[in-house]
Amino acid sequence: MPIRAETRNGVCHLAIEGEMTIYTAAELKNEITPHLSEPQIEINLSGVSEMDSSGLQLLILAKRETQRDERVLHLTGHSQAVLDVLDICNMAAYFGDPLIISSHA
Amino acid sequence: MSINLDQALQTFIAEARELLEDMENSLLQLESDPENAEIIGAIFRAAHTIKGSAGLFGLDQVVGYTHIVENVLDRVRDGSIPIEGNLVALLLESRDHMAELVSVVADQGGELDDAALKRDKALRARLQAYQGVQTGHAAAVIEPEIEASGGDVEGTDSWHLSLRFDREILKNGMDPISFFRYLGTMGEIVSIVTLPDAMPPASEMDPELCYLGFEVNFRSDADKNTIAGVFDFVRENSSIRILPPHSKVAEYIELIRSLPEDEKRLGDILVTSGALTRQELEEGLDAQKHPDADGASPPLGEILVEQCSVEQEVVQAALEKQSQARESKSKENRYVRVHADKLDELINLVGELVIAGAGANLLAQRANDSSLQEATSTMSRLVEEIRDGALKLRMVPIGDTFSRFQRVVRDVSKELGKDIDLLISGAETELDKTVVEKIGDPLMHLVRNAMDHGIESAEKRLAAGKLAKGTLKLNAYHDSGSIAIEISDDGGGLNRDRILQKGLERGLVQPNQVLTDHEIYNLIFEAGFSTAEAVTNLSGRGVGMDVVKRNIVALRGSVELDSQTGQGTTVRIRLPLTLAIIDGFLVSVDKSGYVVPLDMVIECVELTESERQGMKERSYLNLRGEVLPLVPLRTHFEVEGSHSRRENVVVVQYAGQKAGLVVDELQGEFQTVIKPLGKLFSNLRGISGSTILGTGEVALILDVPSLVQQAANAEQKVASAG
Repeated sequence: MPIRAETRNGVCHLAIEGEMTIYTAAELKNEITPHLSEPQIEINLSGVSEMDSSGLQLLILAKRETQRDERVLHLTGHSQAVLDVLDICNMAAYFGDPLIISSHA
Repeated sequence: MSINLDQALQTFIAEARELLEDMENSLLQLESDPENAEIIGAIFRAAHTIKGSAGLFGLDQVVGYTHIVENVLDRVRDGSIPIEGNLVALLLESRDHMAELVSVVADQGGELDDAALKRDKALRARLQAYQGVQTGHAAAVIEPEIEASGGDVEGTDSWHLSLRFDREILKNGMDPISFFRYLGTMGEIVSIVTLPDAMPPASEMDPELCYLGFEVNFRSDADKNTIAGVFDFVRENSSIRILPPHSKVAEYIELIRSLPEDEKRLGDILVTSGALTRQELEEGLDAQKHPDADGASPPLGEILVEQCSVEQEVVQAALEKQSQARESKSKENRYVRVHADKLDELINLVGELVIAGAGANLLAQRANDSSLQEATSTMSRLVEEIRDGALKLRMVPIGDTFSRFQRVVRDVSKELGKDIDLLISGAETELDKTVVEKIGDPLMHLVRNAMDHGIESAEKRLAAGKLAKGTLKLNAYHDSGSIAIEISDDGGGLNRDRILQKGLERGLVQPNQVLTDHEIYNLIFEAGFSTAEAVTNLSGRGVGMDVVKRNIVALRGSVELDSQTGQGTTVRIRLPLTLAIIDGFLVSVDKSGYVVPLDMVIECVELTESERQGMKERSYLNLRGEVLPLVPLRTHFEVEGSHSRRENVVVVQYAGQKAGLVVDELQGEFQTVIKPLGKLFSNLRGISGSTILGTGEVALILDVPSLVQQAANAEQKVASAG
């Protein structure tokens, strides 16, 4: 199961485990979409082992959906794979979450 | 939906192999024509393309090595290193090494073994000697027009890449991010802006499509072709725009206009990425907003020319280049790469269709319904055409196989210290792909043998009054339903007496047996001749010849050898054109049906009563004054039952020899789908396979070559005994 979801203190916590690639994109989208209506969402990415453009795209989609009606989406615990992609595509600022800057950057 | 990175990789491997083959051929040509810039260009492009696509798949070892080769080739191309024998030899070795890298690293996903690593290192060191100081002027050489056209305002010193990929790119196993990683190895990515604007609302968004666009600011010494080459694999349906460093503001403006996103937004991106200053952007956008007085807005090319920012010739040149690119593209598109398995499946289906069609035909005849018969006969004609078309798809010219031997001949002759030319003819002769694949090894063996042992050393040749330079010929032609491939040399020929002596020693020949020269020469194909002793005694001929023969017989072919002392030797291989479906001639003996390949049938005659009586004493027939050896199938296959009232002779020919097959009834032409016989029957002589008749009965396909051979042998025995 790639996603764990629970609601604590009015914040919906999602944790994504494993790949965020084209191989899992369809499944992930189906699982994430229902939670996107929550008022406050936090996605933990510490378990993401691999990420490609489709994974990035899903995160952008989630961010945009929540931003549209001024709700909040936070990404936390970025794994190295996620950091790499955000770094290459220069998308860290888009999500605006605090990151641990990797040593080589 | 299929996401398969493997498939893309397989395409890369197949293309890389083709390019390497081209590279080899070009290098060999270069040896005889060192000044030819076109050939040098072709070699360079091959290396370049391999490097580019290997980079996409992260095959660093391939990229690293090919990069060095490419550098050397680049210097050859611009004339700073002259072409000479040693360099060509080194490049050929490099090519082999690249081929190994591709198959080990890309195909098997493994690592080089120690020997290969050592070779890698040695080759790198040798290439290094040819590699001068790295210069970064390539861009200026490739596109001087753009560099020189200089409008008054210029952008930055970095490249600007504007990328909108094919939506399907992810499904095709490519990831834009991996392109950026690769770009990173060619230079410095100054900035990237990711544009998610094209992404539809969540409900309509397909997570497997790529909606992201990218604006990349990239600093590199690479030339435009190299950068564009990174995106070769995704060019189709993608919009890839590359602006060189110091492009005019107008070009940036045009870029902004042509992109789907909002103008203002893109302008901002260009400003933030440092491609333009805010002022340049505003001036540029303003300038283009004022159309001509008559209101029509002229094409951009015209605007640029009018503004004197581009010379008319430059525009012309660019247009020509575009149309050239389009032409070559349309040429490429005329070929479709199809997996061989799919073709095999198609052929199998066509085979089943042929059988089913025969069944329908039979029913129609029995039903005695003329309109039904007409319909089925139209259908069987179409089926026949489909069959021929499907089989033709698998036919490939043998030329590619032949030209591989250019390299072999070159290398082996150097190794042996002999000067040998290879002459190729009949390269356009076509045969089944599966046959082509399997004939390579036996051919290689024969060619090596001919060079090693057939052609004498230069001194011996001169002493014999021949040219010092030996000649090896490869020839192919079609001959009654089969293809003949000849390997001939102008060497010393075989030593007849030695072979006969050897044959006696080995017990292959009986002491009182009388053999023709031809038969004696062909003894070397017998097992037992391939011993080390035979090597020295027979000046090497005969090594592994039995293996060659076995391989060819396995393809339902045959091999024979002619030799003339002092003149040379010719080995002739005959192979069936196809292994799947043939036109057959159906005959019957008692109740069982037999199929003779129609290509081998010459005529049919009915046996008269007196001839039938005569057959009891002798097994040949007087056919218009010619002696025709007969093979009575009834006795050959030991068919029981009473003799029929009439008998017919089917005259067949193979490899120039004729024989008559005696059968009961002639049933006519029949499309035959060859079904292999099980292992159990592999030792059965005279039968090459089976097929299914329209009635569902099984008919055996006769192995005409072996039957003809048998008849000829029997005839000779009778002749020599009498």
